[in-house]
Amino acid sequence: MLIKLLIKNSLRHKLRTMLTIVGIAIAVIAFGLLRTVVTAWYAGIEASAANRLIVRQSVSFIFTLPYAYREQIARVPGVETVSFFNWFGGVYIDKNQFFARMACDPNTLLDVYPEFITDKTDFENFKKERNSCIVGSKLAEQYNLKIGDVMNMDGDIYPGQWQFTVRAIYKPRDKTVDATQMFFHWAYLDERMKQDSPGRDGQIGWYVVKIKDPGQSAAVSEYIDGLFKNSRAETKTETEKAFQQGFIAASSAFISAMNGMSFVIIGIIMLVLGNTMIMSARERTREYAVLRTLGFSNPFIMVFISGESIFISLLGGALGLLLMIPFVNGFESAMPKGWFPIFNVANSTIVLSMVCTFLIGVLASLFPIQRALKTKIVDGLRYIG
Amino acid sequence: MPNIVEIQSVSKSYKRDSLTIPVLQNIDLNIPEGEFLALMGPSGSGKSTLLNLIAGIDRPSAGSVIVGGINVGTLNETALAAWRSSHVGFIFQFYNLMPVLTAFENVELPLHLTKLSKKERNDHVRKVLDIVGLGDRMDHYPNQLSGGQQQRVAIARAIASDPTIIVADEPTGDLDKTSAGEIMTLLSRLNSELGKTIVMVTHDPSAAERAHTQRHLDKGALA
Repeated sequence: MLIKLLIKNSLRHKLRTMLTIVGIAIAVIAFGLLRTVVTAWYAGIEASAANRLIVRQSVSFIFTLPYAYREQIARVPGVETVSFFNWFGGVYIDKNQFFARMACDPNTLLDVYPEFITDKTDFENFKKERNSCIVGSKLAEQYNLKIGDVMNMDGDIYPGQWQFTVRAIYKPRDKTVDATQMFFHWAYLDERMKQDSPGRDGQIGWYVVKIKDPGQSAAVSEYIDGLFKNSRAETKTETEKAFQQGFIAASSAFISAMNGMSFVIIGIIMLVLGNTMIMSARERTREYAVLRTLGFSNPFIMVFISGESIFISLLGGALGLLLMIPFVNGFESAMPKGWFPIFNVANSTIVLSMVCTFLIGVLASLFPIQRALKTKIVDGLRYIG
Repeated sequence: MPNIVEIQSVSKSYKRDSLTIPVLQNIDLNIPEGEFLALMGPSGSGKSTLLNLIAGIDRPSAGSVIVGGINVGTLNETALAAWRSSHVGFIFQFYNLMPVLTAFENVELPLHLTKLSKKERNDHVRKVLDIVGLGDRMDHYPNQLSGGQQQRVAIARAIASDPTIIVADEPTGDLDKTSAGEIMTLLSRLNSELGKTIVMVTHDPSAAERAHTQRHLDKGALA
């Protein structure tokens, strides 16, 4: 019955409570959206494996490395597999259709990226056919691509008309894996370069090195870079995580601002709820005095006021969470394709939202509690709200 | 009859900014068990303050208030709250019912502070609502009841936990003459049939006449 009293009190001013709940819900949605954007930004880092190293040109990622390095890197102690990739670019359908298109080594692709789950027969077919490609399931869904379909592309970094036949589709092992990428045979690219742009052949973008012991990553990296020191194409080897972090370092100020914004929103929710609770508690000054006269203790009054605050806060939080997923999905649809390959409301965002709304409920009740307990019973009984 | 309330040399003053306002001065009063006492006096004479001291919702500035053998002024807030819940039934002028609870739930409210089971609480509430003549209105909310009925619910709430003493602050002050008469009859019955000690503050001479004893306060002193 006391819980009933708490709930009924919360809903006594229906319009005010409803507006507060809607306010909290909107703030939770905004908080969730910002957190999701931040999470999406860090998705590459989340998906990084500890046993993968990236070897790139030391000056910049955009410069290529000789394919000939492969054998030398493979002989480095502690190295298990060496794979390589080349950014292709190109235009598919029109310039607004952005997704990662890369040349790869089909024989080692799944060795270094076991998180790509694909049909074995399809993958064997992909390996056999030089102008074939493998695409992520999300990409296939987006462009309605099926096995056997042909993807026509206009080259930009590598000029000319390019045709790729879809021979395999990979599914991500979990939500952190990007399923919007397309890979094709590096040999196909290299062959065209030999014909059309002699001098650009025999080059790759970066090596992905799978090592036996993640604890040896620093030593292996140093060893690899030492191999090519003072060569025409010196290397910079780092863990996949460091490599991904380097990518987003340029936008760190923006991410920090987004992070800051998300917590400003938490502050706004607290003010909204705090205002409601202060009004409610003031109106009930006499009722709290009556409860205390009847023998309800100060801890009970504390639980009673904070319970109401937490109840309203959690209702708003729950409504916000309920609407957050469709809202985030809608936001993703409204954005240009490929901006965020992985754009999901993370479990941590859901937990953080609920924890924050709970804490806000507690914090917003502190001042009303302090006021209710500070008021003498005799003064409370005389209060006219 | 032994004294249920013993007030010895009690003074009470309030501070407003730098001013100290004396309200009660050197009060001595003994109330025997089973007494029905009416405290009368003009506004500002200190009768409600004295009632609040007896009920343990305020503390004396000097002297002692002993109710049922307990020196109320020495109890800390938590102990005092527990003491009030089991020893004092309070009836207010403006009823002070919880508007979101039914008559039944309002009466049940103080019983949540006891160890009674749900069934025992239920039986208790029905019994006291029958005593005050509202057995058929237990599902009504306060705004669905008249003033007199609301005060009867408040009386039922005051007696629900079988307190040692009932204190009533102007219980008829907000009621018409008929309702006031009904309330006074009910209080008289509680005193005569159930043996409840009642201390009532009133301005109304006809209400005071129903009490066994009348004491008058004037300028903070008992006449």
